[in-house]
Amino acid sequence: MRRLALTSGLLGSLLFGLTAPAAAQVSFGEISPIKETLEIGASSSEIAITSDFRGADLTIFGAITNADELLLGIGQYDVVVTLEGPRDYATVRKKERVLGIWMNTGALTFEQVPESYSIASTRQIDDLENQAPAIDKIGVGIEHLPLNPVGYIPNSGLISEFRDAYRRLKLNSGLYQRDSGGVRFVSSSLFRASLRLPANIPDGQHMVHAYLFKSGNLIFQREMPLRVVKTGLEQAITDAAHERPIAYGMLCVLIAVVTGWGASLIFRKD
Amino acid sequence: MTVGILQALFIWHVGLLFMILPGRIPIISDRPCHAVLPVRIRPVTVYLPIAELSVNILIILGMGAAVGFLSGMFGVGGGFLITPLLIFYNIPPVVAVATGANQVVASSISGAITHFRRGTVDVKLGSILLAGGLVGATGGVWIFSWLRRLGQLDLFISILYVVLLGSIGALMLQESVRAMRRAKTNQALPIKRPGQHNWVHRLPLKMRFKKSKIYLSAIPVVMLGMAIGVLTSIMGVGGGFIMVPAMIYLLRIPTNVVVGTSLFQIIFTTAYTTMVQAATNYSVDIVLATILMIAGVIGAQYGVRVGQKLRGEQLRALLALLVLAVGIRLAIGLIVTPDDLYSVAVGGLSY
Repeated sequence: MRRLALTSGLLGSLLFGLTAPAAAQVSFGEISPIKETLEIGASSSEIAITSDFRGADLTIFGAITNADELLLGIGQYDVVVTLEGPRDYATVRKKERVLGIWMNTGALTFEQVPESYSIASTRQIDDLENQAPAIDKIGVGIEHLPLNPVGYIPNSGLISEFRDAYRRLKLNSGLYQRDSGGVRFVSSSLFRASLRLPANIPDGQHMVHAYLFKSGNLIFQREMPLRVVKTGLEQAITDAAHERPIAYGMLCVLIAVVTGWGASLIFRKD
Repeated sequence: MTVGILQALFIWHVGLLFMILPGRIPIISDRPCHAVLPVRIRPVTVYLPIAELSVNILIILGMGAAVGFLSGMFGVGGGFLITPLLIFYNIPPVVAVATGANQVVASSISGAITHFRRGTVDVKLGSILLAGGLVGATGGVWIFSWLRRLGQLDLFISILYVVLLGSIGALMLQESVRAMRRAKTNQALPIKRPGQHNWVHRLPLKMRFKKSKIYLSAIPVVMLGMAIGVLTSIMGVGGGFIMVPAMIYLLRIPTNVVVGTSLFQIIFTTAYTTMVQAATNYSVDIVLATILMIAGVIGAQYGVRVGQKLRGEQLRALLALLVLAVGIRLAIGLIVTPDDLYSVAVGGLSY
């Protein structure tokens, strides 16, 4: 298991920024005139998948700026960090027994859902939900991801059934992951988020989202792109198969011809 | 007779040992390994870029070698074994079928070259079969894509395999058991009358095939080629196991040119199918295909040697049992309640 060390010299600059709000501190109970913000950083904006890729851990560092010392002390700030994979349509199919054989009978397509989704938070996202009913609108967390079906659906009860199945399948396959203790404060306002990248992570443009909650309300949000690329031969093969399919097909046939012919030459008995 | 079967089983297990050998120290793999055998093999993983998953290279090599061995032993292409095995090993059926067709190209070429040297290929007959085969393969790929959009491809592939493997396995077993019984009681074979005509020989558009020394209508030849072409693109098989009996019993083509001519046709149909699958479904995995091919052609050499030591009817009985076993395994998969009734597919709106 490799650890993508994304520690950085960034820490210094973040800490520097923290000293500023102390001066602008306001007394308890009053609304702070300066809004809290969030800074995040990673040492790399690209993750390479090699042929022996078996998953990795991604560590994101960040800091809360302009934080209220007192609220920070009693744990009123919560941080949620997510890594969303590239979005695409997803079709969930349900099997039923027809004439003794299991076959797909029902299908529901969801529009533009992330292929992979990894979430880390300071505490259970559901605890946050109790305080903030608006979390569904933000769509943070596997249970709150918007899953909108495409097309006309006659039975609305069916939708929740397919939604549950979708979440369960994605969690089982490891593409969707959650870690309710994945974000830890290393100092009063500096945090570290550990996100798990599964072995079957899709390549493409991923997005790191960091959310700052104050007393259960979302007050700040930040994004950072992260590219996941298949490297070397793998990438070359995938590219060739999709961009030059005829040449790729010819190459496949050529390899077969050479292998077959070569074998008949090598193992020729006479 | 039993000695022969025992001998074959022994060699078959030696073949399997090849799969076990590299992993003598059993280390439990942390990945789901639904291998054909309950053998723990140290994972030496290789990433398949099109199937988009990591597999144990030793299992794939072993699979290719075992199927190559069997295809050499029985003189079959092996596509009907490799595709189900890949599906059992969790390779997506879409990729298994397209890659299986590619693998058959390699395994057919060695055989075809041998037949060319012996002069047992009727190129004219093969070309007419091929013309039908290309049309059939094109239609087959179209059906394949359509079923994939409907979400019924996996089911359709399984049903087709169960029906074909079940019926052909049963017929072969019946025939070989009868032959073995006859050999025991020293009965003479019933005399075949190759000159006998059936409805096929009353069709128009007759052509003369010099090499085969027959005068035959082109219509049934094209039709047969088309049917095989459809099977190639949907099932990832060469189709020799259907084409050879059809050519002998239906078209009454002399047996000496049948195998060579069918191999000639199979090379081009499977090569064409590989190309079309690569162009339309992007489902040919070059890494998987290369591993399978190399292991396959080597395995086939040993299979041929073993096959020469066995008697024809015993060989056919063994092949029939094998074909039935694969068919039954697939049938079980259709009937047994799946672990999860739901499945999810990522992709465009239609897929």
